[in-house]
Amino acid sequence: MAGIPHDHYEPKTGIEKWLHKRLPIVGLAYDTLMIPTPKNLNWMWIWGIILTFCLALQIITGIVLVMHYTPHVDMAFASVEHIMRNVNGGHMIRYLHANGASLFFVAVYLHIFRGLYYGSYKAPREVTWIIGMLIYLAMMATAFMGYVLPWGQMSFWGATVITGLFGAIPGVGPAIQEWLLGGPAVDNATLNRFFSLHYLLPFVIAALVAVHIWAFHTTGNNNPTGVEVRRTSKAEAEKDTVPFWPYYVIKDLFALGIILIVFFAIVGFMPNYLGHADNYIEANPLVTPAHIVPEWYFLPFYAILRAFTGDVWVVQLVQFVTFGIVDAKFFGVLAMFGAIAVMALAPWLDTSSVRSGRYRPMFKWWFWLLVVDFMVLMWVGAMPAEGIYTWISLIASTYWFAYFLVILPLLGLIEKPLPQPATIEEDFKSHYGQPAE
Amino acid sequence: MIRKLTLSALTAFTLSSGGVLAAGAAGHVEDFAFSFEGPFGTYDQLQLQRGLKVYTEVCSACHGLKYVPIRTLADPGGPELPEDQVRAYARELAPVALPDGDERARETSDPFPGSGLETAPDLSLMTKARSGFHGPYGLGINQFLRGIGGPEYLASILTGYTGVEKEEAGTTFYENTAFPGGWIAMAPPLSDGQVEFDDGHGNSLHQMSEDVTAFLMWAAEPKMMARKQAGFTAVIFLTILTVLLYLTNKRLWAGIKGKKHA
Repeated sequence: MAGIPHDHYEPKTGIEKWLHKRLPIVGLAYDTLMIPTPKNLNWMWIWGIILTFCLALQIITGIVLVMHYTPHVDMAFASVEHIMRNVNGGHMIRYLHANGASLFFVAVYLHIFRGLYYGSYKAPREVTWIIGMLIYLAMMATAFMGYVLPWGQMSFWGATVITGLFGAIPGVGPAIQEWLLGGPAVDNATLNRFFSLHYLLPFVIAALVAVHIWAFHTTGNNNPTGVEVRRTSKAEAEKDTVPFWPYYVIKDLFALGIILIVFFAIVGFMPNYLGHADNYIEANPLVTPAHIVPEWYFLPFYAILRAFTGDVWVVQLVQFVTFGIVDAKFFGVLAMFGAIAVMALAPWLDTSSVRSGRYRPMFKWWFWLLVVDFMVLMWVGAMPAEGIYTWISLIASTYWFAYFLVILPLLGLIEKPLPQPATIEEDFKSHYGQPAE
Repeated sequence: MIRKLTLSALTAFTLSSGGVLAAGAAGHVEDFAFSFEGPFGTYDQLQLQRGLKVYTEVCSACHGLKYVPIRTLADPGGPELPEDQVRAYARELAPVALPDGDERARETSDPFPGSGLETAPDLSLMTKARSGFHGPYGLGINQFLRGIGGPEYLASILTGYTGVEKEEAGTTFYENTAFPGGWIAMAPPLSDGQVEFDDGHGNSLHQMSEDVTAFLMWAAEPKMMARKQAGFTAVIFLTILTVLLYLTNKRLWAGIKGKKHA
């Protein structure tokens, strides 16, 4: 697919021409910033910039925190208190970093569900989608390892539970778990490697983000109609698009402003709201907390992990046909990673030729049910795995898989889509009048 | 559609933390009205000084504050004792043990001593480690307006003794209405009139419990005042910036959008 036709950078002065011949970096920046962007993008298209901001915020605050943090089991907890009490502004930097992780995940979930509703994952944007999923996985790994660093009770026991997942792999599991931990249990070796990786992964994410942007700058942005920008001529393309600068830069900055007001209110007035009280108790391998609960952004997948217990017939069947190799514990681990895998496969599971959910009358309902399902999973993930909660998490987990594996493939075959606008311009004009003179 | 998605995400965001702190058989916790609750809440300097006195005369017999540097007693936003009083206070505390077995006098740059009794937990972070009473239930707004709830729990422990004791496996347990399970190993530490305040402030059990937990909240979160100030500054300036960006954005897009259809 050819890119959207637009003006390219032309070096004018002598020095510009000199540099452009040797390193066309100004041209790259110009083309990136001036990229033609569909002019009908709505407020759900702000999250990309918010996410970029989050990554920068986390890297900058993180680098400052590292200057004062000590990755050793005897000193980590005290060094965090040192940051909170003795480092100038340290308390703000740490709270920004801790709550920044939550903002990061709020934004990424809204970004992902935006993509699911408007079919942003469909051809030709599958690679963008897959890279996005890789970024999401790297984010989860980074957040998990970051949470271990303060070396509180929830840090320690969270690390014990999550690395235990790898121990559930048949045969090689225990060996893998020991290799990950650097020993038989969570200890100083674990803390050190988690610290090292927690510092490394954000830069891997930054590189993936660059590729993510490169990919969708190649295909062009999706938009709420799902109709492609016309590419036959520059004049036509200009009717469907506006340049990213200044139109979307200013719009996104405005959105960022609103989000930051809420964010700073949380950091300023209730910075511990999203954390666990238990993490203000230093890690103690001899005392297990009453409830080991992951951070809120892991809860939906944590619920899926716990949903498939040994008394579910599917689990029993799988256990039977695999001669017991896949037991309930391993099944749960497979389900958790599978839940993300099926989402990553959405481009190939969705058979509908219509991109945007706006023109898919049946899809809409199933999509909103998925949103509700996601929230139910998040809620039930924080509940004890007993009584009615096990049923709720089993039903909710089943719907998650059914949406991707059954509903998306079938809908494309049975659904009769609504008429779509021929062009973005047509859709835009039906909402807005002529430009003011 | 967008509004719906944003809203539902926000709901998920707040609901999700719902059960996080749903502990087991929780005891009865009284809702104290502390001065430091809510976005406008501040520490009451005189209350922190009274609380320090209760801590010094009563709690410190067994408990410690090993993460709290003594010099911070003079810091703004805390008890704000005069420097000379802080120095005098430091000298009265247990000396610092040196690696060679010797000891030296405690300086203001040192932290408070740790727990003297092995089974008594350090109190530096106790109010934050026992938070949860005010939420995250109630969509988080409770915690926003009424604080994290840790101080309520600690004060309720201090006032929650019924006077009933029992002995189990050689240990005496005391019945406490606030403690999960109802029986606590700590003997009732405070009683009416136990500590005399220089300013003649009331020293009932209830008042002293409130004062000492206020002090412990400061010990756990000494930079709260600075944090809230930073929060206000950020919110005010971001609001101004956002209004300007809104107007810029509106003006910028006017040329593209024209008038919106009704």
